[in-house]
Amino acid sequence: MTEGSAALDAAGLGKRYRRGWGLRDCTFQLPPGRVTALIGPNGAGKSTLMRLASGLIRPTSGTIRVLGQKPGRKGTHRKLAFLAQDKPLYRSFTVQEMLRAGAELNPGWDHDYAARLVAEADVPTNARIGTLSGGQRTRVALAMALGRRPALLLLDEPLADLDPLARKEVMQTLMAEVADMGMTVVLSSHVIADLEDVCDHLLLLAGGRVRLAGDIEDLLGEHRLMIGSRDLELPPHTVVEARTTERQATVLVRTTERVDANGWEEHKPTLEELALAHLRSARKEVAA
Amino acid sequence: MIEFRIDRRSGVAAYLQLVQQTRQALRLGLLKPGDRLPTAKEVVAATAMNPNTVLKAYRELERDGLVEARRGLGTFVRQSLARPEAASDGQLRAELTAWMDRALSGALEHEDVEALFKAVLQEHDLRTPEGT
Repeated sequence: MTEGSAALDAAGLGKRYRRGWGLRDCTFQLPPGRVTALIGPNGAGKSTLMRLASGLIRPTSGTIRVLGQKPGRKGTHRKLAFLAQDKPLYRSFTVQEMLRAGAELNPGWDHDYAARLVAEADVPTNARIGTLSGGQRTRVALAMALGRRPALLLLDEPLADLDPLARKEVMQTLMAEVADMGMTVVLSSHVIADLEDVCDHLLLLAGGRVRLAGDIEDLLGEHRLMIGSRDLELPPHTVVEARTTERQATVLVRTTERVDANGWEEHKPTLEELALAHLRSARKEVAA
Repeated sequence: MIEFRIDRRSGVAAYLQLVQQTRQALRLGLLKPGDRLPTAKEVVAATAMNPNTVLKAYRELERDGLVEARRGLGTFVRQSLARPEAASDGQLRAELTAWMDRALSGALEHEDVEALFKAVLQEHDLRTPEGT
């Protein structure tokens, strides 16, 4: 890696639950100051990975380092904030009380910033958390996470409860923080299109393993989507996935050069096409 | 000031789209030497795109000598790309206009001409390296 030490560094990382491995033999580095899309189907290990990084659970094997340190007995790294999918907030607290609790619980808490984020989201500060809409709760939870002024922010499905306008506002807030403070962000989502504009790094998980990891522009540049008649011979490159209809074949190949194969139409894949092809091919491997 | 947008369907890398949009603005004279480009934070606050995309585009433009970063001040245009040939009284433009008149007075419709122009341009692009 050329950009200094990794914000998140996993080596042979694994976590076994009673029902089996949630995450297995994962090795990757997430560069600092980047925005990583954590993509994978249900049960791929996305939440497990975030919980391991937060120190909420401990690895069964291997190691994970957060900003150079192993999550230890002292709990979550001071410069890490994790926003879980269920957005744990005290339902009987008012928004104001929640922010005050944030100040008590977090050394280095930036109250003005957290309060400004809540105000920008038009959330009434005297309302109880339990009476807020899902979208409003997300905005409060995000303000709580950012109020810690984290160097690394983990967000598990942060956009699920938000309408399109709120999504855009949340992303603007996050990206401004990345631009301003060089914060590293990891975002998980099922909706890949939501992540396309904002993420520059990819970590693709399937069945608890890393299927693809790296800079998104680089990865897109290393793949070609070939479309042609199904009777054509496959291009002589590493085929990630080949799908056929009655007449047509759609093939994702991994290569840095132009394929230039006779009869094939050559396209650059989108992030969604790339991710889905790798996920389908992972599923086939498991089934086989 | 220039406003950027990203078209995800275009198949062109996001940072390259910003480079192309800047070059286009320079070509059309919408950006002139001495103009400041928006900071990454300004672009991000307006569009929610990734700031690293903006920074990567600016590095590319700087490498091409089109802009320069001045520490603490921002990124400024150094060079115009406005070309006399593209102006309304230019030679190349006159030739293209003549060609267009011929094509449209013949068998071709508006869309045919557009497709033909793009196809020829694309053929040319495929023969030369990316991004030029």
